Amino acid sequence: MSEERGKDATRPVRALGLLSGGLDSTLAVRVLQEQGIEVGCVNFHTGFCIQSHTGAIRNPKKGAEPPRHDALHAAQTLGVKLHMVDISEDYVRIVTNPKHGYGKNLNPCLDCKIFMVAKAWELKEELGYDFIFTGEVMGQRPMSQRKDTFPVIDRDAGVRGWLLRPLCAQYMPETEPEKRGWVDREKLKNFTGRSRKPQMALAKAFSIVDYPTPAGGCCFLTDENYARKLQDLWQFRDSKAYSMEDIVLLKAGRHLRPRGDFKLIIGRDESENHFLSGFKAGRMTIRAKNLPGPFTLLEGSPDKEGLILACRIAARYGKGKNRSEVTMVVEGETGSDAFTVIPMPAHQVEKEWHV
Amino acid sequence: MSDSAQILDAKNLLCPLPILRAEQAIRPLAVGAVIEIHATDPGLVNDLPAWCSVNGHHILEIRHEGRVVIGLVKKGA
Repeated sequence: MSEERGKDATRPVRALGLLSGGLDSTLAVRVLQEQGIEVGCVNFHTGFCIQSHTGAIRNPKKGAEPPRHDALHAAQTLGVKLHMVDISEDYVRIVTNPKHGYGKNLNPCLDCKIFMVAKAWELKEELGYDFIFTGEVMGQRPMSQRKDTFPVIDRDAGVRGWLLRPLCAQYMPETEPEKRGWVDREKLKNFTGRSRKPQMALAKAFSIVDYPTPAGGCCFLTDENYARKLQDLWQFRDSKAYSMEDIVLLKAGRHLRPRGDFKLIIGRDESENHFLSGFKAGRMTIRAKNLPGPFTLLEGSPDKEGLILACRIAARYGKGKNRSEVTMVVEGETGSDAFTVIPMPAHQVEKEWHV
Repeated sequence: MSDSAQILDAKNLLCPLPILRAEQAIRPLAVGAVIEIHATDPGLVNDLPAWCSVNGHHILEIRHEGRVVIGLVKKGA
């Protein structure tokens, strides 16, 4: 384990924290800063992080502020260095084959935390921090933030004794930074459970007022709708593989799978249409000719009958939905085709087609 | 467009990828070098100044051209 601090005991103790930008990780930083510890932070991009992605794809609501990255904003407010690290490629194996299994949806929370903690430890070694910390609170999350799972995280990430959890440290065995007198255990916290009241009181004491509303989680994999779309993708490809484009597209548009050999992703507003139009490569596109309507991506290789079905469905979501006929243009990498179709009436769009 | 700026096309990337790409692009450059980031994620107007502030870079300009947000950043020490 690191002995960096031993070499130069005159410099401030330096700690590297995992910062999501939510209230807990923000408070964990402040609790250590209060002790004169020099804090740096790391934020990981898995590809599934919930920021304001959806807001950034759809038309903005009237008067809405532009979205922002929570961790960046928190780091700016806290005055700490933030290392933003893209782990999305390595993360595929965590999502597709989690050693500790999934939570309620496709959330591999325990494997995810182990992976992030291990990565944070590598960065700590590289950058010369003395220990690492998280804003975890015992009992707050059903899968990864429990008294019995904390030791599993520490063991499997290879950081036993060197991961401090400032918000619930008084319920935990003493860590090395505490034993060595780098951190005053008495000034750490004893928060437990799902109540947010102690955190909110501490935020008030620190004059922290601008933090994201506590939500159900920070990851799309905990979202039932998103998880269903990812399951569908895996099922019809007969493989758990996914690309970065795949997981972005699962966040956009209306997804319909009327047949096993193709799926449609239909834009729901102008911004989303524009966004989807950036993903033509390797897919077909469908648009109504000379009529406003959604931009539709088609994934798969349907026959002519399938293309006509796809056009009828896409036409149903456009301005020509009540016309007797609409001409739809299908474009692919090898050329384009036009099909004049009867827009599908709403009642014929099967419920099961919606992914 | 700035004459000497390296252009970074981050269009159609969602938060935080435009910032991650900016971080990759600016890392090998000398202090004082300028990068020009083009993104469609409207959050760039908040994220780019925050990223500059956290990393000691200087935001020279941030503007919209249609759907595209364009930010000019000068690398700090």
